[in-house]
Amino acid sequence: MKEYQTITEISGPLVFAEVDEPVGYDEIVEIETADGDIRRGQVLESTSEYVAIQVFEGTSGINRDASVRFVGETMKMPVTEDLLGRVMDGTGQPIDDGPDIVPDERRDIVGAAINPYSREYPEEFIQTGVSAVDGMNTLVRGQKLPIFSGSGLPHSDLALQIARQATVPEEEEEGESSEFAVIFGAMGITAEEANEFMDDFERTGALERSVVFMNLADDPAVERTITPRLALTTAEYLAFDKDYHVLVILTDMTNYCEALREIGAAREEVPGRRGYPGYMYTDLANLYERAGRIKDHEGSVTQIPILTMPGDDDTHPIPDLTGYITEGQIYIDRDLNSQGIEPPINVLPSLSRLMDDGIGEGLTREDHADVSDQIYAAYAEGEDLRDLVNIVGREALSDLDNKYLDFADRFETEFVQQGTETNRDIDETLEIGWDLLSMLPKDALNRIDEELIDEHYREDQTVEAPADD
Amino acid sequence: MSKATESDVREDGVIEGVSGPVVTAKDLDARMNDVVYVGHEGLMGEVIEIEGNLTTIQVYEETSDVGPGEPVESTGAPLSVDLGPGMLDTIYDGVQRPLDVLESKMNSAFLDRGVDAPGIDLEQTWEFTPTVDEGDEVEAGDILGTVPETPSIEHKVMVPPDSEGGEVVSAESGTFTVEETVVELDSGEEISMHQEWPVREARPTVNKKSPKKPLVSGQRILDGLFPIAKGGTAAIPGPFGSGKTVTQHQLAKWADADIVIYVGCGERGNEMTEVIEDFPELEDPTTGNALMDRTCLIANTSNMPVAARESCVYTGITIAEYFRDMGYDVALMADSTSRWAEAMREISSRLEEMPGEEGYPAYLAARLSQFYERAGYFENINGTEGSVTAIGAVSPPGGDFSEPVTQNTLRIVKTFWALDADLAERRHFPAINWNESYSLYRDQLDPWFVENVQEDWPEKRQWAIDTLDEETELQEIVQLVGKDALPEDQQLTLEVARYLREAYLQQNAFHDVDMYCEPQKTYRMLDAIKTFNDEAFDALDAGVPIEEIIEVDVAPRLNRIGVQEDWDEYIDELESDLEAQIRELY
Ligand SMILES: Nc1ncnc2c1ncn2[C@@H]1O[C@H](COP(=O)(O)OP(=O)(O)O)[C@@H](O)[C@H]1O
Ligand SMILES: [Mg+2]
Repeated sequence: MKEYQTITEISGPLVFAEVDEPVGYDEIVEIETADGDIRRGQVLESTSEYVAIQVFEGTSGINRDASVRFVGETMKMPVTEDLLGRVMDGTGQPIDDGPDIVPDERRDIVGAAINPYSREYPEEFIQTGVSAVDGMNTLVRGQKLPIFSGSGLPHSDLALQIARQATVPEEEEEGESSEFAVIFGAMGITAEEANEFMDDFERTGALERSVVFMNLADDPAVERTITPRLALTTAEYLAFDKDYHVLVILTDMTNYCEALREIGAAREEVPGRRGYPGYMYTDLANLYERAGRIKDHEGSVTQIPILTMPGDDDTHPIPDLTGYITEGQIYIDRDLNSQGIEPPINVLPSLSRLMDDGIGEGLTREDHADVSDQIYAAYAEGEDLRDLVNIVGREALSDLDNKYLDFADRFETEFVQQGTETNRDIDETLEIGWDLLSMLPKDALNRIDEELIDEHYREDQTVEAPADD
Repeated sequence: MSKATESDVREDGVIEGVSGPVVTAKDLDARMNDVVYVGHEGLMGEVIEIEGNLTTIQVYEETSDVGPGEPVESTGAPLSVDLGPGMLDTIYDGVQRPLDVLESKMNSAFLDRGVDAPGIDLEQTWEFTPTVDEGDEVEAGDILGTVPETPSIEHKVMVPPDSEGGEVVSAESGTFTVEETVVELDSGEEISMHQEWPVREARPTVNKKSPKKPLVSGQRILDGLFPIAKGGTAAIPGPFGSGKTVTQHQLAKWADADIVIYVGCGERGNEMTEVIEDFPELEDPTTGNALMDRTCLIANTSNMPVAARESCVYTGITIAEYFRDMGYDVALMADSTSRWAEAMREISSRLEEMPGEEGYPAYLAARLSQFYERAGYFENINGTEGSVTAIGAVSPPGGDFSEPVTQNTLRIVKTFWALDADLAERRHFPAINWNESYSLYRDQLDPWFVENVQEDWPEKRQWAIDTLDEETELQEIVQLVGKDALPEDQQLTLEVARYLREAYLQQNAFHDVDMYCEPQKTYRMLDAIKTFNDEAFDALDAGVPIEEIIEVDVAPRLNRIGVQEDWDEYIDELESDLEAQIRELY
């Protein structure tokens, strides 16, 4: 291993050093400071004269005298089933006082792309027990479904509720366990948020089937660019080599993207929208596309990335590019949250792109698609009318319009509202849906098959007492 | 990709620097756009800049661990595709490597590097039947014989466009591989079923004609209001989740093209998998064969190398042109052209070129128009007529159509299907905004619809457009004062427009019947709504209160026409019931 003392420039998270032997792009570098501190980094650009190195742990304390060693290989993650139950820092070093990890294999963390021909289309319904998800934005195994949230909103509660409750009913019926192995990748979150997750994992015993990677707010920002890659490399190994169904929770993608921006700025790259690198779409796709199912493989990787939208603005590049890559998104809504709705999911902009193939007869229920469609249409109508009613008052609206208004209110307080500890099965969710839809005249249910209306519509419904939560 | 078969390797170069997908090499003897093999693993790349002794290469594969000093070889030939039987019912990456072959060669579900494969199977044999005889004079482009490529498509074997032509001295029917000679000319030229063509160059034609036939899509809002021509161009811009991909899939499934080239450019892996799983099961409404039999897929998903994303649209359109040369109507969908533009931007920024608007290279507009120029209705050099229809999805950041890719595309294409997030939120699908969208082909396609569907097709359409326009205006008033404050005739217009939106414009891509709507059904559906309109206004004039008219129980049946298999009968009955029930009110 050749050692150099040739640092020519230090700029933000980057170090430039002269070299006289070729160094591979992406290769791992160790930089040792005068006082023996070792930092790790990665080659961002390699030429025959110099290399640009991105230092994970930050560059403070590094000077021209520091020595630079090239390890001769790209970043690897040691993988083994024994990782389950372990807690590591954002670079994959154990921090839980557990035994040494004896890897089965060391895997490149820049995962190779799954051949689209080798994929299997995800269509196994995951029951999360959350009506706004199961009924309206169904999650399936192998999907990547992010939570679009804002600062201070209870996105962690929702992610944890899903992690706790998620099952595949079909397999449960056959007596199989369909519990997920959970990989938790934290990027730049506060210790408090991290504790919320850890406490819940411990309380529910989920830790045993979890692998935790923690990069906290006070950890180096550049390190965040590798944390999700370590998490996903582990996930792929467990899913496609060891047949686990893996649920990956990544939080907070916004901090990850900030780190990308910082590196881009340090490299003096031409910035894209709002200062984020032009290649951020590709970079994010390289993470999010590491979800899915593969033909002839038992396991699966399901991803729930969480991001907080700066200024609650979903046109911001982070949610925008994410939405362009992921298979839908779940919106956490500030207004619903202040109304005390739990979980405060706004279903209108939310979407599950894999829902259509994951629901219906034999999967969930025959009426699922129609019910969900009709609820969307009716709720949107009620939402629109809320603006109008503020101007003209309820009396100026027709009977039907008043029903839509009531529908929208009840949808929020009875369907979406359920509390973080309530676990509703899909039947229960759809039945609540029918309770609500039966407020509307049959003729208005034009998205639902007539036979299904005959079967499920509550004829005798006048004024329903609010269902218990 | 054909270069796997070449072996005339030129002078070697040496890597000087690596930065992501961009590699510089020195001492390389190569021309602009030549294909080169980079590094010990022989990663495929293309020359994109030459400056003094330094050559810049965009690499179509992941470059991790590649370093200075490694060798670079040039093939001396530009990026080309292999053309011949065996392209249909196939899925390629952006440089025409068959993904099924890569899977078995790599023995893994994950894409490895440095593995190459020809675009068409060189070993497979095909039944060739000549259509020329010994002694016939043939020229470049002429059809020499046919091969049953799939149950749907007869492949035409043609004289290569750059051939001198001559007299046929032998043409034999039989079973051949694509590399074996099937026809020999007196010039000594031996013609096989295999051709190559550089992707960045349009295949020659005689001239472009004005398109006169619609590409019938089976989608009501498209055929009915904003039709595209065979040989036309269209853009589908919209924010994420608004329905670009579903619309493209619907077109790939139901459009009455002979051949469909579907380019998944920088989008999701699962969306390609969905096509691979669905298309073999679905029946082509024209031929009754599996849809896959007329389809060629090109998948360079978002996580696949960015340089190959840049080239995948060219790979797609070159294959499209080749089938056009046989006299076929080809439809090409590119989802999404924004990802292609971003790939250009990424490469351009690594080259440190002067950025234009939003960091895109200054040549963005030129590249986009060169691409769409390759679409059209053509007279081919062999005298046949064929067309390439190009339909590009556009993914504007933040859903803002003022950005460069959308704007530059709109300057070129003649059909604009604007997707709308508000419509998508309320699950009005396809979420195509009827106020913003347009088709400049409408007038030139009307004669076809008049002749093949119904005489008053244009008038009915105009009525629908006027009603929807009026609704938009009225809705602004309703937002201020409520519906009840409007005069009765305007309330009725709103009711009619509601049926237009909910029954006619909405179409569920996932409903077994509604997903495809033939033009005759599209017409009659509109006609039924018009019947309601006319009867209702007559009743209103006769003094019947609006509430009574709106509440006739037959009216909501308009919303059910889409899902009827026996729609003809259903509409007959519905129209006569509408008449009877409304007339009974006065
Ligand atoms: N014509 C349609 N019929 C029914 N659902 C549709 C239709 N178009 C879009 N959708 C719904 O919208 C979702 C997003 O559509 P998609 O085409 O993937 O959006 P985009 O490509 O613009 O991001 C789909 O998953 C589907 O649920
Ligand atoms: Mg899409």
